[in-house]
Amino acid sequence: MELFVQQLINGITLGSVYALVALGYTMVYGIIGLINFAHGDVVMIGAMAATMVAASLAGADPGGASAWLAMGGALAVAVPLCMAVGWSAERIAYRPLRRAPRLAALITAIGVSIILQNVAMMVWGRNYLNFPQVLSPTVYDLGGARLSSLQAAIVAAAAAIMAGLSLVVHRTRLGTAMRATAQNREVAGLMGVDINTVISAAFLIGSALAAVAGIMVTAYYGVAQYTMGFMLGLKAFTAAVLGGIGNLGGAMLGGLLLGVIEALGSGYIGDLTGGFLGSHYQDVFAFMVLVVVLIFRPSGLLGERVGDRA
Amino acid sequence: MKSDRKLQHLAAACAAALGLAAGAAHAEDIRFGFAAPLTGPQSHYGEDMQNGLTLALEEANKQGIEIDGEKANFVLVSKDDQADPRVAVQVAQQLVDEGVDGILGHFNSGTTIPASRVYNDAGLPQIAMATSPEYTDQGYDTTFRMMTSDTQQGAAVGKFMVEDLGAKKIALIDDRTAYGQGLADEVEKAVKAAGGEIVRREYTTDKSNDFTSILTNIRGAAPDAVFFGGVDAQSGPMKRQLATLGVKAPLVSGEMTRSDTFIKLAGDAAEGTYASLAGVPLAQMAAGKDFEAAYQARFKKAPGVYAPYAYDGAWNMIAAIRKADSAAPEDYLPELARLERKGATSEHIAYDDKGDLKEIAVTIYQVKGGKWEMVKTMVSQAN
Repeated sequence: MELFVQQLINGITLGSVYALVALGYTMVYGIIGLINFAHGDVVMIGAMAATMVAASLAGADPGGASAWLAMGGALAVAVPLCMAVGWSAERIAYRPLRRAPRLAALITAIGVSIILQNVAMMVWGRNYLNFPQVLSPTVYDLGGARLSSLQAAIVAAAAAIMAGLSLVVHRTRLGTAMRATAQNREVAGLMGVDINTVISAAFLIGSALAAVAGIMVTAYYGVAQYTMGFMLGLKAFTAAVLGGIGNLGGAMLGGLLLGVIEALGSGYIGDLTGGFLGSHYQDVFAFMVLVVVLIFRPSGLLGERVGDRA
Repeated sequence: MKSDRKLQHLAAACAAALGLAAGAAHAEDIRFGFAAPLTGPQSHYGEDMQNGLTLALEEANKQGIEIDGEKANFVLVSKDDQADPRVAVQVAQQLVDEGVDGILGHFNSGTTIPASRVYNDAGLPQIAMATSPEYTDQGYDTTFRMMTSDTQQGAAVGKFMVEDLGAKKIALIDDRTAYGQGLADEVEKAVKAAGGEIVRREYTTDKSNDFTSILTNIRGAAPDAVFFGGVDAQSGPMKRQLATLGVKAPLVSGEMTRSDTFIKLAGDAAEGTYASLAGVPLAQMAAGKDFEAAYQARFKKAPGVYAPYAYDGAWNMIAAIRKADSAAPEDYLPELARLERKGATSEHIAYDDKGDLKEIAVTIYQVKGGKWEMVKTMVSQAN
C-alpha cells in the first residue's frame, strides 16, 4: 500500500508536467490543426533560461530571500522569452504556410525544433546546466510514502494554471474567439474575429505554459540540457493524443494519466510478470495503453468525433 | 529531364569539391579519424574526449616529429556518431573512405563495437574509449582501449562494495546500453563472488530523467548499497531522487559518474557517493599534473573524466607510428601491440594480446565536501 501511494505521488508529479506541456500542443492543434513539434524545445528554452537566471541570482543560503528572488527572476525571464520564441516561430515559420498542405507545416515544425536545439547548443553549450537548490525541499511522511514540498508545489501550480486557462477559454472574449476559430476559421473571420490575433494568442499562452513547465522540470530534476525538450515533447504529445488532441480537458487528463501509468507500470510490471518484463518496459507499457485507447476511442479519451477536421 | 540535368550538375560540383579537398591535403599529413557523440545528450563527453586528443596532437605537432624523413603534421578528422550505433557504422565507413591513417574513437561501447568491424576490414588500428568487454573479445587484431574494460572495473567495484563497504544486499540499476548493462553485469558477478546478494535489479533508459518509480521499488527492497551503470547526467538527478525518497544506502557508480557534472547536478545530495575510475589519480603523477596544467591553459577549464585517457590514447598511436617510422597501418600496428610507455594516466601503458590495457589499477573515489576524494586504489584480479 505504501509503495502504491508512493508510485501514485511519483506519477501525479510527472503527469502534471506532461499535462502543462500537452496543453500547448492541444491548443495549437485545436485552432490551426498543426502538430507543433517545436513545442518541447520551447520548454527546453524556458528551462535553460530559468536555470541560467536562477544560478546567477541564487545566494548561498537556501530558502532565504535570495531563493524567492531566484525563482521570481527565473519566471520573469523564462516566460517572456518563451512567449517571444513561440510567437516568432508562428509569425515567421507557420503563418506563411497556413494555407499550405498540412505536411509542409509539420515538417517546418520539425525544422523549427532542430533550429531551437542548435541555437540553445550555441548559447548554452553542450554541458548539463544545474538548477541551484534554492529551495531546500521539506519532505512530508504520509504513512511511509514521502512527498516533498517541491512535488506538492508542482502539482498545485499545475492545477492552478489549468483552472486559470479553463476560465480564460470559457469565460472571456478571447476564449470565445479561440473556440470559434477552432470550430471554423473562415466563418469566425467573417463574424469579425481577428484570426491572426487569436492564433498568436494561442501560441503566446501555450509558450507561457511551456516556460512554467520548463522551470518545474529543471527545478525538480535539477538538470537542463539542450536536448531535453525532445523526449518531454514526445511524451506530452502522446498525453495530448491519449486525452483527445484539440481538447483542453483531454490534455490535462491525458497528461496525468500518462504519468500515473508510467509510474505504476515501471513499479509493478516486474512483479506482475514474475520478472519476465522489467522496468525498462515502462514506455512500452505506456504506449500499449495508448494503442488500446486509440483502438476503442480513435479520437482519444475526451476527443469528439468531428469528421475530417480533427 | 530537367531534374536529371540538375543532378548531373550537382554530381559535377561534388566531384570538383572532392578533388579540391584531396589536392589541398599535404603529403606529410598524418590523419586520425575520431568519432564520438558531438551532439545530443552525451555530447559533453564527446567534447571532453576531443579536447584530450586535440591537446596531444597539437603537442606532437609542436615537437616536430619526423616520420620517414619528413616533418609530420598530425590532423584530427572529427565525426559525430550521436552515440547511435547505426550512425556510428556510417561514420566509420566515411572515415575509411577518406583514407585516414588510424582511428581514435569511438566513445560509447554501443557505437565502438559495430564500428570496429568496419575498421578491422580496412586494417585500420583503432584505440577506443569503449569499456565493454565485448569490444576486444571479437578476435580483431586492430582493437585497443584507452580505458579499463568493464570486467576489470566491475570486479573491483563489486569487491569494494561487499568487502570495504560491508554491503551484503545490493540493488543494481542499468540504462540498457552496452556500457551500463555490461558494467552492471560484471558488478553482479563480482558481488556474488564476494558473498553479497543482489536484492533488486531495475532498468531505465539512457534518456530518462525520472527514476522515482524504480527507486521506490528499490527502497522497498532495503539494500545496503545501490549501484548504477550509466552516465552522470542521470546519476546526478538519481542521487537527488534517492535523497528525496529517504534512501540512506550510498550510490555507487562507474567512471562516467566520477565527474564534476555529477556533483553539480546532484547538489547537496552528492555527498557520500562512490565512483570508480581506471588508473591512479592524475595528481599523484608528474605527467598527470603536467597534463592538467596544459589542458587548463589550452581550453580554459579543468579536464573532464575522459580527456586524460584520450590524450594518452592519441600519444600511444603517435608513439607507435614514430617507432615504426611509418604511418602505414600495417607497419605501425605491430608496434602499437607491443608498445610500452609512460603516460599521464599510468606509468606503464602496455596492451595485452587482446588490446586491453595491462595495468589494472582501479581507484575508488567518494564525494566529500563537494569534491571527489580518493578512497583507495585497488588492483583488479579479473582480466
